[in-house]
Amino acid sequence: MSQKDSFVKFEKVDKSYDGEILVVKDLNLDVPKGEFLTMLGPSGSGKTTVLMMLAGFETPTNGEIYLDGNPISSIPPNKRGIGMVFQNYALFPHMTVKENLAFPLEVRKMEQSEIDKKVSNALAMVELQDFGNRMPLQLSGGQQQRVALARSLVFEPRLVLMDEPLGALDKNLREQMQYEIKHIHEKIGITVVYVTHDQSEALTMSNRIAVFNDGKIQQISSPDVLYEKPNSSFVAQFIGENNQLRGKVKSISGENCIITTDSGDDVHALKININNNGDGSLVSLRPERVAINSSENFENNFEAKVKELIYLGDHIRSRVEVCGNDQFIVKIPNSYKGANLKEGATVKLSWKASDSRALDLN
Amino acid sequence: MSQVQTSTGPILTTDGIPLKVSLKKAERKNKIRAFLLVLPLLSFILITFLVPIGDMLSRSIDDRQINTVFPKTFEVYKKWDRQGLPSEEVYKTMFFEVKNSEGYDIGKASTRMNYSKSGWKSLLKKSKRKFKKIEEGPYKEKMISIDKKWGDPEYWKALGQMVDPTTMGYYLNAVDLKYDSNKNIVQQKENRRIYNKTWIKTFKVSILVTFFCLILGYPISYLLATLPLKYSNLLMICVLLPFWTSLLVRTVAWMVMLQQKGVLNNLLVMSNVLADENRMQLMYNQTAVVIVMTQILLPFMVLPLFSVMKTISPTYMRAALNLGASPLHAFYKVYMPNSIPGVSAGCLLVFIIAIGYYITPELVGGKDGQMVGNWIAYHLKTTLNWGLCASLGAILLAMMTVLYWAYNKIVGIENIKLG
Repeated sequence: MSQKDSFVKFEKVDKSYDGEILVVKDLNLDVPKGEFLTMLGPSGSGKTTVLMMLAGFETPTNGEIYLDGNPISSIPPNKRGIGMVFQNYALFPHMTVKENLAFPLEVRKMEQSEIDKKVSNALAMVELQDFGNRMPLQLSGGQQQRVALARSLVFEPRLVLMDEPLGALDKNLREQMQYEIKHIHEKIGITVVYVTHDQSEALTMSNRIAVFNDGKIQQISSPDVLYEKPNSSFVAQFIGENNQLRGKVKSISGENCIITTDSGDDVHALKININNNGDGSLVSLRPERVAINSSENFENNFEAKVKELIYLGDHIRSRVEVCGNDQFIVKIPNSYKGANLKEGATVKLSWKASDSRALDLN
Repeated sequence: MSQVQTSTGPILTTDGIPLKVSLKKAERKNKIRAFLLVLPLLSFILITFLVPIGDMLSRSIDDRQINTVFPKTFEVYKKWDRQGLPSEEVYKTMFFEVKNSEGYDIGKASTRMNYSKSGWKSLLKKSKRKFKKIEEGPYKEKMISIDKKWGDPEYWKALGQMVDPTTMGYYLNAVDLKYDSNKNIVQQKENRRIYNKTWIKTFKVSILVTFFCLILGYPISYLLATLPLKYSNLLMICVLLPFWTSLLVRTVAWMVMLQQKGVLNNLLVMSNVLADENRMQLMYNQTAVVIVMTQILLPFMVLPLFSVMKTISPTYMRAALNLGASPLHAFYKVYMPNSIPGVSAGCLLVFIIAIGYYITPELVGGKDGQMVGNWIAYHLKTTLNWGLCASLGAILLAMMTVLYWAYNKIVGIENIKLG
């Protein structure tokens, strides 16, 4: 990505709070204009710190952040013109919804008529036209969330940051809001940097996802690539459900390799980030890529014992023991042909070598 | 669908009992339980707080005592037209009641009579002694011959203020007014007007103390509320430290600090800021009272402020900054309005405590720094004029009630928050 189309740019950014531990390590990140970038990671991985540095509430210990080509480390947060949605919305409790929305416009000394117009447009955008005179605490969580969203957009910032904005909502509302935010983003084409620890949220909304762990970006790519082609065992475990087979590298030939599991079975897999014969490796495999009692000819075929069946409606989740791993999950669609397994039965599992990825031991 | 209820009829339970009755029954147990829980405290407050206050309020208007000493005199006195001197009958009744009464009762009554017209006390004392020698009338002439005050109509008219079993005299006294001999309300003599000045002073000191507590307490509370826990705990201990020291010790320490040859003045002289002959008069005046009371009452401001500020999420300020407000504007528009409940609670608390304060003005106030509380103590212990004490106290109470009411009107009492 060239300097030109990088709207937000982190360059060699380090951050430490106590001079002993780096919470962000050598961060280099480019966000092009109009992108919805999600920073995903477990708590303590440094993703929120990155967001706070971008908003101006924390200063980088080293390195520089550029916004539209200009370094911003020395610009105070109130002069950055970046919108932000906070974790608990941070709506001012002593102001009505309208006053909350008018606040950023008033500090910019806009004409009253223009303020009124923009406020009502913003309310219309989040479909809360009738709630302008309510106090924030009189609104439901989802409504407060929308007001917070409207407030972060009403002054037409160049960039909007969102810090786990849906964390406090219940599941249904959260999913609904995910789509709403996604649609607003698509409609007004603003650049969004979004922080979450919820992987399904990240997969739903983002153009690209940066997976954080231990102060570093582990992998940054589009949701499908991240899910289907994780390049480290951390990412494979963190995104989606994942079966793991632990073993040692037996042989490597080009893109492929053979891993001998601890139980002595040879598994054919793609070579991702292993280098030498004899090194430890984790083979990662998505549950939905495993076939049961299939007549097709795949590279990997093993006998497995069914340990547990969990009925989940649209599919049956079965835990089987294979290659020494008794936590191996297979998802069986609840369709006319599957679904007559019994616990304790022996089945044949098979999968493609290209679906199993030999990763480092982490 | 005949069983569908009309909207006007009461809602019934499945057993056909009206819902409200059923609900009341179900909640009765809870109500009894709640009442039993508050009962010990309620009875304690009733006995140690409400009853004494009621007693005090009644004392401030009570004038029965004198009527029990001279019941017959006041009976005949009522018939008198209050012109010139009263008739022989009044003199006669008075004579026998003074002669036959216990010395103790006469003493008490004469104290009361002295409030209306000074001179009564010595007159009665003298008369009680001399009346023993008088056996028969005419009493009028003989009494006047013992002391010519008996022939002064002013003394007799003064008795008119005491005829009723209740009096407003103590209240008038508390605001520098009095009854004249014709029971008109007039101002006290110039040299006896002390209470209005004291009331103004008390208000002035209380307002100043509240103000200084607020401007000193607000920043420290802000710091306390925003610092990380390990530092804020230490700071909190520093704020509360004065609470752990005896009030008396602290006040005396201030005396050491502030007196003319005290630590502060010495330091200023030593560092050549002040010339030796220009030492500041910081002790035994209003300045001393304000300084010391501010220090003593500061925790009462800091604690409610702190506990309210603690609940103001720091993200409000961040959000305001993020939306483009300068730090000052964000503070003024977002932080301050949210801290108002703590400000009101703190100010009301400090003001209420300050207005009735006694010990500090007593010790460091000197003549200039006396407040209403000190006059109450003075009359309670020295002059034994409890009626005046009670009326001063009742006025204080009324003022606080008015203040509370005004506060509720303007700010709303539900905006008070102690945490």
